[in-house]
Amino acid sequence: MASRSRQRFLRNRAGLFGLGVVVLILLLALFAPWLAPKDPSQQFFEGLTIDGKPLPPGGQFLLGTDTLGRDLLSRLIWGARASMIVGLVANGTAVLIGALVGASAGYFQGWVGALLMRLTDVMMAFPALLLAIALAAILKPSLWIVALVIALVNWVQVARVVYAQTLALAQKDYVEAARALGAGNQRVLLRHLLPHLFPTLLVYGSLGLSTTVLLEAALSFLGVGVQPPTPSWGGIINESQSYFTDAPWLVAFPGLAILLTSLAFNLLGDALREALDPTLR
Amino acid sequence: MTTYLAQRILQSVGVLWAVTVITFGLLYLLPADPARLVAGRSATQEVVERVRHELGLDRPVPQRYLGYLGGLVQGDLGRSYMQKTRVSELLASRLAPTLKLTLAGVLFELLIGIPAGIIAALRRGSWIDQLVMLLSFTGVAAPQFALGLLLLYLLAYKFALFPLGGYGGLEHLILPALALGLAGGGWYARIMRSSMLEVLSQDYVRTARAKGLAGQVVVYKHALRNALLPIVAMIGTDLGTFMGGVVVVESVFGWPGIGQLTWQAIQTVDIPVILGAVTFTAFFIVLANLLTDLVYPLLDPRVQYR
Amino acid sequence: MKRWIVAAVLSLTLFAQAQSPGGSLTVSFKDDISTLDPAIGYDWQNWSIIKAIFGGLMDYEPGTTKLTPHFAEGYTVSKDGKSYTFKLRKGIKFHNGRELIASDVKYSLERMLNPKTQSPGAGFYGGIRGAGDFSAGKAKEVSGIKATDNYTVQILLDKPDASFLHKMALNFSFIVPKEAVEKAGADFGHNPVGAGAFKLKEWKLGQQLVLEKNPDYFMKGMPYLDSLTFLVGQDPNVAFLKLQRGEVDILGDGIPPAKFVDVMKDPQMKNQVVVGNQLMTGYVTLNTQVKPLDNPKVRQALNMAINKERIVRLINNRAVPAVQVLPPGMPGYDANYKGYAYDPAKAKQLLKEAGFSNGFSTVLYANNTDPNPRIAQAIQQDLAQIGVKAELKTQAQSTVIQAGGTKGQAPMIWSGGMAWIDDYPDPSDFYWPILSCSSAVPGGWNWPWYCNKALDKKAEAADAMVQPGQEAARAKAYQELFAEVMKDAPWIPIFHEKRYVMHTAKVGGSDAILVDPIHTPVNYAQLYVKK
Repeated sequence: MASRSRQRFLRNRAGLFGLGVVVLILLLALFAPWLAPKDPSQQFFEGLTIDGKPLPPGGQFLLGTDTLGRDLLSRLIWGARASMIVGLVANGTAVLIGALVGASAGYFQGWVGALLMRLTDVMMAFPALLLAIALAAILKPSLWIVALVIALVNWVQVARVVYAQTLALAQKDYVEAARALGAGNQRVLLRHLLPHLFPTLLVYGSLGLSTTVLLEAALSFLGVGVQPPTPSWGGIINESQSYFTDAPWLVAFPGLAILLTSLAFNLLGDALREALDPTLR
Repeated sequence: MTTYLAQRILQSVGVLWAVTVITFGLLYLLPADPARLVAGRSATQEVVERVRHELGLDRPVPQRYLGYLGGLVQGDLGRSYMQKTRVSELLASRLAPTLKLTLAGVLFELLIGIPAGIIAALRRGSWIDQLVMLLSFTGVAAPQFALGLLLLYLLAYKFALFPLGGYGGLEHLILPALALGLAGGGWYARIMRSSMLEVLSQDYVRTARAKGLAGQVVVYKHALRNALLPIVAMIGTDLGTFMGGVVVVESVFGWPGIGQLTWQAIQTVDIPVILGAVTFTAFFIVLANLLTDLVYPLLDPRVQYR
Repeated sequence: MKRWIVAAVLSLTLFAQAQSPGGSLTVSFKDDISTLDPAIGYDWQNWSIIKAIFGGLMDYEPGTTKLTPHFAEGYTVSKDGKSYTFKLRKGIKFHNGRELIASDVKYSLERMLNPKTQSPGAGFYGGIRGAGDFSAGKAKEVSGIKATDNYTVQILLDKPDASFLHKMALNFSFIVPKEAVEKAGADFGHNPVGAGAFKLKEWKLGQQLVLEKNPDYFMKGMPYLDSLTFLVGQDPNVAFLKLQRGEVDILGDGIPPAKFVDVMKDPQMKNQVVVGNQLMTGYVTLNTQVKPLDNPKVRQALNMAINKERIVRLINNRAVPAVQVLPPGMPGYDANYKGYAYDPAKAKQLLKEAGFSNGFSTVLYANNTDPNPRIAQAIQQDLAQIGVKAELKTQAQSTVIQAGGTKGQAPMIWSGGMAWIDDYPDPSDFYWPILSCSSAVPGGWNWPWYCNKALDKKAEAADAMVQPGQEAARAKAYQELFAEVMKDAPWIPIFHEKRYVMHTAKVGGSDAILVDPIHTPVNYAQLYVKK
């Protein structure tokens, strides 16, 4: 990063905040065994009331316990691992594929565009639930399969939106000018289209992180993903949603973790973009 | 235009065909024996085999697929394994509720997302922009089941402004649509904001803005139209996916949409219902995408049908 | 000497006059009602609705598990237990106005046994003479079912079966009018015509089902209600709010788990809850054909490793810990049986004796609906304490059922959400379908793949005790049989769930009716509105 860009970035408080949160969460994920106060899978006898209700935040269990009497804070810290892998790998792959397909289809159009966009049609109508159940029975459940399924399903929305934008951008004067000057397709796509597509991709990269983390839980529920007792943020929410009126902390804390992470990525991305290319807003 | 349309319709038929092939293949992979499930837990092997024969599951897969395709072409989707009802009847009973919720849901997404996005773009960097951002991210990160329950508890139970779920008139429709709108509106706000900023940053818009009010109005109209392209794409995908059912919202609000039907069918491996529901959904997705592709050139005349 | 067993209808009609007729009630359910065809419906939700619309030769005294003739006036059993003769009541009318006669009984049973009907209950009736030939297409009719005159039906069995009368009280044997079935074809399940207490008034798929009183019902003064509405697609949490508003009268799916403790602590709400038993056992199957679970010592050790009290607490004490196969209330249940007490130290010791002092690794399957993944995790933790590492696989119900029925696949399965609730209140229903040699087959429900031929013989002998007065001896025989089963320890019995029915104050009916052991959630025909 050029020093001027770095200075611009360092002046952006929101961006620094985003960077701080992202680093913090990655550290949590990385050093979970040392940072978590308790064993995340240990079902404490004293972690439930005599009627079997989870304990509210405070006391021995800082953020309260879940419906099995486990320490919520420790589960959140450990859950950062699964959720970050899914959020970054699955969502990142989806955005990447979506951007490539959408931009190519919009830029080249013709039969290439038609083929790519019909492929997205098929994928959109694709029964992902069925795929998940079939995979769950055939393969050993793992996070990577979840990431694969999510990437396979989620790129479609990105592709449709990027396609629409590229359709408009490809007609713009500067693109046509670049073409007239003899710029290759690759150069036009990367230098002239991508910077304009970046804001959209950032939205999908950050907001998509939330939906992906929640989707992971739904797929794990069907047996494809992390199996209990391994924690994930989405999984904690999924397990306790119906108890939410009674034990709101079980939904609120993991929800906040997801919110904060996706917000942080958004702020960070926005700041990086401004730092690198101040002419674009 | 006509050639384009004809081409697209032909392609769409191809897409539908591909979806049926994939679904059929997946069902074949499913780790469950529908004949066993239909025959019941007390059935002997002979009974199961007889049921398998009755269901036609003893035929080779390609033959079964052709049978399904033949029926589909004639509008016959077969009968549910579990309920014995015609699949077409089951789908028909869910069509109107699904369509209503889909349209209302997208409407709420737009009502929430578009103004929020425009305001955020015009007041870029202000506290309003930041508030909109925070709310968008909260809406998207909020778990739908909890959100729906909260809406019902507050607006329907505590303050009795709406009925406690169920299917019926407009008063029944508002809360589930609002739940969809709150979750999806954040996306629209963010995308609207970024495409508005993109358009606003262009030279001709900057110049026009500098020129004063009259020019400003014209330009906003023009800018808005350009910024709407990705929004139209999102509407298209949402129309399609919502027509496939929104299981969580449907189940919280007791809305008899297709999502619940499909979910139950998958749980019980009710193959004809699954196939019917997937085909039904695919049809609407293809239709929605076709319509959006036809809308683009209307919004931005430089985009052409090809 | 034949002895006619005759129903106690008189006492019922006297009882009936105490209630004021009229009014309507609403019941909520989450799942849609799949079908009302008695030959097809096979889940507890539509079973009791079907029981309200149809009827069979036999029934149970309301609120009990005691058999009583229903559309039959009485019956006789031959000395060898292989022939039953039922005398029909005269003047019973289908909802279409036609009188129900003996040929309808024969038609209904044959329709259910016909493979074209695809009845999930056909397996219960394979013991009727000629049923096998008929369903294989080798015979035009079932030779063992005879309508000797308009009001007499004789049914012959291949061998004596003490649970046969229960099977004649089971939905699959309910009587349907041929003309209505033929008219509706495969849509009969949505256009039901029976001879029961209620008839179908309106059905909006996925929304609601309305039944109305059958004015020609053969029991005078019954049912009390004018109409009965089932609201479907209702999330239990929302239904609970509706109940408090009076929009719903009975929670069909029970009290939502998150609200249970609060309800039971609130003196006013607690008054609206009736507690009853359910003929249900939840258990972990231990696959006797998979190493190292093929070693009985290992299975016994696992039985001692599970802290059932803690698991029961996880579900807010809505169950009682189980030590045996049969649930309380079932003939043959042994209140004095102690089973394997919770004793991790002794469990470890047994494992050591079996040669697994360092434990072993295995896989535990579970259905993915709450609370089953949580219960499976509790079991997993208990097993870990004696060194057994169980990897969890929580999957869709149909996937787990498939895994259980595949030889050598699933070492352990937590049965919750799938098994086992009785089909009818007879101990044989806890043996033949889930623990006998004939059920240890691919696709079967004997998930431990347990087969003990000696016990099969014992069960057969017990099932031959069909004469009145032999009930106690038969229950004793089954009690001994299940004690033998537990010695081999193919299961870890975990708990017997209790039933909690929550209703509004206007719902009338004795507690026994509101937690009727046969009808879930309640016995609709016996309900009334408090005025």
